[in-house]
This record gives sequence, structure tokens and C-alpha cells, in this order.
Amino acid sequence: MKKYTSFFRLRFAMGLSYRAAAWAAVSTQFAWGVMEIAMFQAFYQAEPERFPMTLEAAVSYVWLQQAFLALFAAWMLEAEVFESIKDGNIAYEMCRPMKIYPMLFVRALAMRVSRAALRFGPVLLVASLLPGAYGLRAPQGIDRFCLFLGAMILGVLVTVAFGTLVYGITFFTISPEGLRLLVTSAMDFFNGAIIPLPFFPDEMRKVMEVLPFAAMQNVPLRVYSGDLAGAAAARAVILQLVWLAVLVAAGRIVMARAERKLTVQGG
Amino acid sequence: MRDGIFLYGHYVSVQIKSMMQYKKSFMLAVMGQFLTSFNTFLGMFFMFQRFSAVGGFTYSQVVLCFGIFLMAFTLAECVARGFDTFSSIVRKGEFDRVMVRPRGLVLQVLGSRFELSRIGRMLQAVVMFIYGMRTSGICWDMPRVMTVVFMVAGGAVLFFGIFLAGAALCFFTLESLEIVNIFTYGAREFGTYPVGVYGKHILRFCTFVVPYGLVQYYPLLFLLGKREEVWRMFAPLLAAVFVVPCYGLWRVGVRRYQSAGS
Repeated sequence: MKKYTSFFRLRFAMGLSYRAAAWAAVSTQFAWGVMEIAMFQAFYQAEPERFPMTLEAAVSYVWLQQAFLALFAAWMLEAEVFESIKDGNIAYEMCRPMKIYPMLFVRALAMRVSRAALRFGPVLLVASLLPGAYGLRAPQGIDRFCLFLGAMILGVLVTVAFGTLVYGITFFTISPEGLRLLVTSAMDFFNGAIIPLPFFPDEMRKVMEVLPFAAMQNVPLRVYSGDLAGAAAARAVILQLVWLAVLVAAGRIVMARAERKLTVQGG
Repeated sequence: MRDGIFLYGHYVSVQIKSMMQYKKSFMLAVMGQFLTSFNTFLGMFFMFQRFSAVGGFTYSQVVLCFGIFLMAFTLAECVARGFDTFSSIVRKGEFDRVMVRPRGLVLQVLGSRFELSRIGRMLQAVVMFIYGMRTSGICWDMPRVMTVVFMVAGGAVLFFGIFLAGAALCFFTLESLEIVNIFTYGAREFGTYPVGVYGKHILRFCTFVVPYGLVQYYPLLFLLGKREEVWRMFAPLLAAVFVVPCYGLWRVGVRRYQSAGS
């Protein structure tokens, strides 16, 4: 266990060293958030009765999504890992006295957390200072905030577990680009990155809400504003736990298979 | 001039030939380009499953708007991708080589990248345009057809200018600035809806600072018959003037350039 925590610390420190990139990202995410909110507001003004959540909930969804983008973004699947699986360099990693599954898991987790750590502060600060409908409200009540934190941790773990499973599947393909493309766009669509899940038609939303993708950012971002509360929130968090267990188990099995019959291509 | 066009054609044909050596990865790139903007389309599509209009625009009108805007963007990106990846040219010191050749700098940088893979997105844009054209109930007369042509051409020139300005900034910073992405890829995302929808502050920005509105919102109102002033038809041509200060910035950058890389 200790080697994984120190590996985490190492990768985390590596991630923290990209300060300039983080500042640039903060301004981009801020502009993105403003535009997204302007769009939701336009729809809200047109037909407020058809808006599936309160405007305030939609605004906080957008700001939290932008602030914690690195935690959940689909494109954070590392090209470097795919590349090393493709060209065989992953074999060096496998020689290390660590198991491959937890190593890749920790690596992805450290990268997401370190990137988010540099970015979320300024975005949230400015968002909470904005006037009127654009501003981010403080969380209502300590218990809701705790639930939000818990759901967020679970959401990140589910995202990372899913990503690591995809790395595992990559071992069985020769060229990973196609898989990567499909997975990233499916993730963006189903996890509520394009539009939050409540905006989808009801029948579709019911299906989407039980998929593993809904156990990622969808839960914490909606719990924060109280859009998801009570029994529905409890069910969502339990589903997050279930998916986390399933994805980790599946990832370990796939990775173990891959390790057993790995042929290194290239020298 | 003719010589320049011939040379550019040659650059493009070389690029296409080399891409065709890796057909599978080319196809994947085409698919990837298609998927990213298709997701944007899906987001809009499902919003309209719920809402019937936004800012006075219906679904088919927004599809038409998105189709035209995406065509303009894709044309510009296809040609000006060399500017988009210009920071690597500067950092690797390749720009020194470009400068010693007896040809125009812009021409050479443009020739360094030609992204045929954008054809995936172009196809989507054309399909959306055709759908929007047939369902939004426009009576197509000569001025309307001209308006569409101007919108696509003016939009392409505008985005070309933004890519050029982004490249020019690389002379000062040596690395590409993520902030530029807001004006290119961000605009592509949010150009889905007519910019007037986003409220008057953003519309003002999109009129006087970076004139997206002039190639999209104002002429679109004329196209849809919501407004009748003729200047709206020519607004995209005014937006094309944006390329002048961008070129000026580029010239300043070139003069200031002191080589980088090894």
C-alpha cells in the first residue's frame, strides 16, 4: 500500500508543476462557464415551465463542472498510456514491483486530482462573486455539503475505474485510437458533460441514470444544489458504490487476463 | 500570385498523398472530427426535444445557423491548421528555415498543414445546412442565396484571422495560448445558437470586439426574413476586415522574432 501512496504523491507533485497551463485553463473555463450559463438562461427565459431544474441548480451545475473539469473530463484519458500499450513500453512499467492495475489507477487519480487542485479555487472564487443569476450560491446546509463531497469522491473513483478498465481493454487491440474516440464521446454524452441528464427526455433519462456514466459527475453536481436530494440522492450514491465495485472488479479481471497473455509488439 | 497558388496546390497534394499512406488512421481522424461536433449537435437536439424555441429561433432555424457557422469554421480550420499548431513550428526552430526560403511566410505556414480529416465535420455541416434550408421556410431568392455565400465566406475569413492572430501571439509567448481556443473552438461550440440568444452584453462583444455576430446573427435575421435591412446581407464582408489587424499583429511578431529552438 505504501508504494502506491508514494507513487500517488510523486505523480501528484508532477501534475502540480504545470502552473502556467493551469492559469490558462482557469480563464478558458471561466469564459466557457459564462457562455454555458447564458445559453441555459436563454432557454429558461423562453419557456421557464419546461426547465427541468431550477435556474440556480443549472448555474451551480455549470460552475462546479467547470471548476472540477479535470476530475471528470473524458479527454483526460492519457494518450501517453494508450501509446505505451501500443508500442510496448508498458512492459517496462510491468517490470516494476507494483501491480499494473493499481498502478494505472493511482496514476490516473493523481493526474486528475492534481490538475483539479490547481484550477478549482480561482474558478469557484470568481463564480461566487458574480452578480445575479450568474453567481454560484454557497451550499445549503452542512449535511448536503457532506453528501456532495462524498458523491464527488465516489464520482472521481468511478471515472478513474472506468478509464482504467478502458486501458485494460486496450491491451487486446492493436491500435487504440478508434476505441479512445468512441469511449470519449460516449462518456461526454452519457455522463452529462454536454447537457445535464435532467434535460434529456424522460424515458431516455431513466435508462441513462442507471448507466455507469451517470455515477460520475452527474450525482455530485446535482446533489450540491439539492436538485438530487432525499431518497433519489441516496439511491444515486448507492448506485455509485455498486458501479465502483463492478468497474474495479472488471478492470482487475481484464488486466489480469492481459498480463497473462501479453505479447510485446515492437522492441 | 499564380505561382503562389500553384505552390500551395502542390503543398496540399503532398499532404493528401502522405495522409493516404495511413488510410486507417485518416478514417479514424475523420470519424473523431465528426463525433466531437456531433455531440454538440446532440446536445442542441435534445434541448429542442424539451423546448420549442430559444430567443425566438426554432429548431430548424438553429440547425440552419449551426450548419452555416460550422461550414465557415471548418473551411478556415482545414486551411489554417498550420497557424493553430504554429507554436511547435516556432519552438522547434522550424520558423528559421521558413524565413530563409524565398517565398511568403504565410503561404509556407499554411502549406505546412492541410487537414483533410475535417471533411467529417464538413459533411455534418452540409447535412445540417440542407436540413435547415428545407425546413425553416425561407423563400430562396437571389439576395438570400448571396447572404448564405457571404456568411460562409465571411465567417471563414474571420476564423482565419483568429487563427492567424493566435499564431502571431506565439512569437511573443513561444507557446500556444489556451485563451485563443475560446475564440476558435469555443466559438464553434457556442456558435450553435445565434449569438443574440446569449444576451446583449455578449452580443455587443460579438459585434465590436470579435465580430461573430456580423457573420452569423445579423445576416441570419435577414435570411430568415425577420428583418429586411439590406446592410445585414453585407455584414459578413465587414467582418472580414477583422483579418487586417490580425495580419498586422503577425507582421509585428515576425519583425520581433529572434529565433527559438535548436
